[in-house]
Amino acid sequence: MFEQYFPIFVLVTVVTIMALGMLVLSHLLGRKKGTKRKLMPYECGIEPEEDARQRFPVKFYLVALMFIVFDIEVVFLYPWAVIYKQLALFGLIEMGIFILILMVGYVYILKKGALKWE
Amino acid sequence: MNTLFYSLVLLAGILLVVAYLTWLERKFAGRMQSRIGPQRVGKPWGLLQPIADGAKLLVKEDIIPQATDKTAYNLAPIVVILATTLVFVTIPLGKSVVLVDLNVGVLFILAISSLALIGIFMAGWGSANKYAILSAMRGVNQLISYEIPLVLACLVPVILAGSMKLSSIVLAQSKVWFIFYPFLGQIAFLIFLVSALAEANRIPFDITEAESELIAGYTVEYSGMKFAFLWLAEYIHLLAVSLVGSILFLGGWNGPWLPSGLWLALKTLLLFLLILWIRWSLVRIRLDQILALSWKVLFPLSLATLILAGGWSFIF
Repeated sequence: MFEQYFPIFVLVTVVTIMALGMLVLSHLLGRKKGTKRKLMPYECGIEPEEDARQRFPVKFYLVALMFIVFDIEVVFLYPWAVIYKQLALFGLIEMGIFILILMVGYVYILKKGALKWE
Repeated sequence: MNTLFYSLVLLAGILLVVAYLTWLERKFAGRMQSRIGPQRVGKPWGLLQPIADGAKLLVKEDIIPQATDKTAYNLAPIVVILATTLVFVTIPLGKSVVLVDLNVGVLFILAISSLALIGIFMAGWGSANKYAILSAMRGVNQLISYEIPLVLACLVPVILAGSMKLSSIVLAQSKVWFIFYPFLGQIAFLIFLVSALAEANRIPFDITEAESELIAGYTVEYSGMKFAFLWLAEYIHLLAVSLVGSILFLGGWNGPWLPSGLWLALKTLLLFLLILWIRWSLVRIRLDQILALSWKVLFPLSLATLILAGGWSFIF
């Protein structure tokens, strides 16, 4: 059963070896002369102030939350699509109801203003 | 043994093709702006330019800035290139020219190609640079927003063909290509193209790179071969997008007279040139506009297209 996935592991191995090999090769070939300024974070020549990792607006996380909800629901549509022709009318109505429920959630986040970024 | 040989050829082929796609882009960009483009290295049309670039990047100094998170920083280029290359496992490059024709092909491609976003975030976070982190945050937001319309647009061919296997999808298009289904095909293809452009961080959605405000985004702190990997991965992604687009909507290798592989290559090239054309004619849009386009326009539209596809498949 898992035999059909074997080539994926072969390609993973090949690509990883290639990538690692080229990185090591470039590390060996390239000159190594790090000065203090060269090893500073690049901010257009201005001395960096404070830590780069600072707090971010919550809007970014809100998008991630919405993504998780909707993406999981969308993945449910894939098995449905594959056997759609066998399900016929039942499948169409069933999925109509599913998408309707999805839209209720969508309208809710729209009304709550989660999609306002201005 | 056969698998190993095919994998090696595939990898070498991808790298070679992608190298020349970068050449094509530079040449194309030059012509669009009334320049000649690369022409010095390699006598006719600067054909050796990508090889010279590769050699140059290979011997460049590998700078690892002090503040970086070493693990994430060093691992990111490998993750990105792995995620973008792995997609080609199940993409057929012609009639029965494929490593493994998975029965969950479309799902596999969508799942693996979105892993690149983890690499992008690792690169941005690991760099410990304000520009890089801003770019990574924007990138993640944009990529996950366009994931949903993309997945829904790819569902339309799956419904019409009744299979997630790419070869079956091509077979289902042997009479009519999916893009020629009235309304349904064109809208689905448009949604696919727009979301694919956003997933590939191309103009008009290249807010993650935004040279004029974020310098180069998450690649700021990278140099030498690691930079080359991040940069190559973008073009590998574009190649995959063009290939998948022509398989899902443009009939794959179906076409009269010419051999199957050539048809697929022609369609892929056409789609790639279209993406280049878009890049060099449009401007960049703001992040809130990008997100609004995805959540307020493409998401409802793609759900409507899905219901339309269901109805079509039910009636005919």
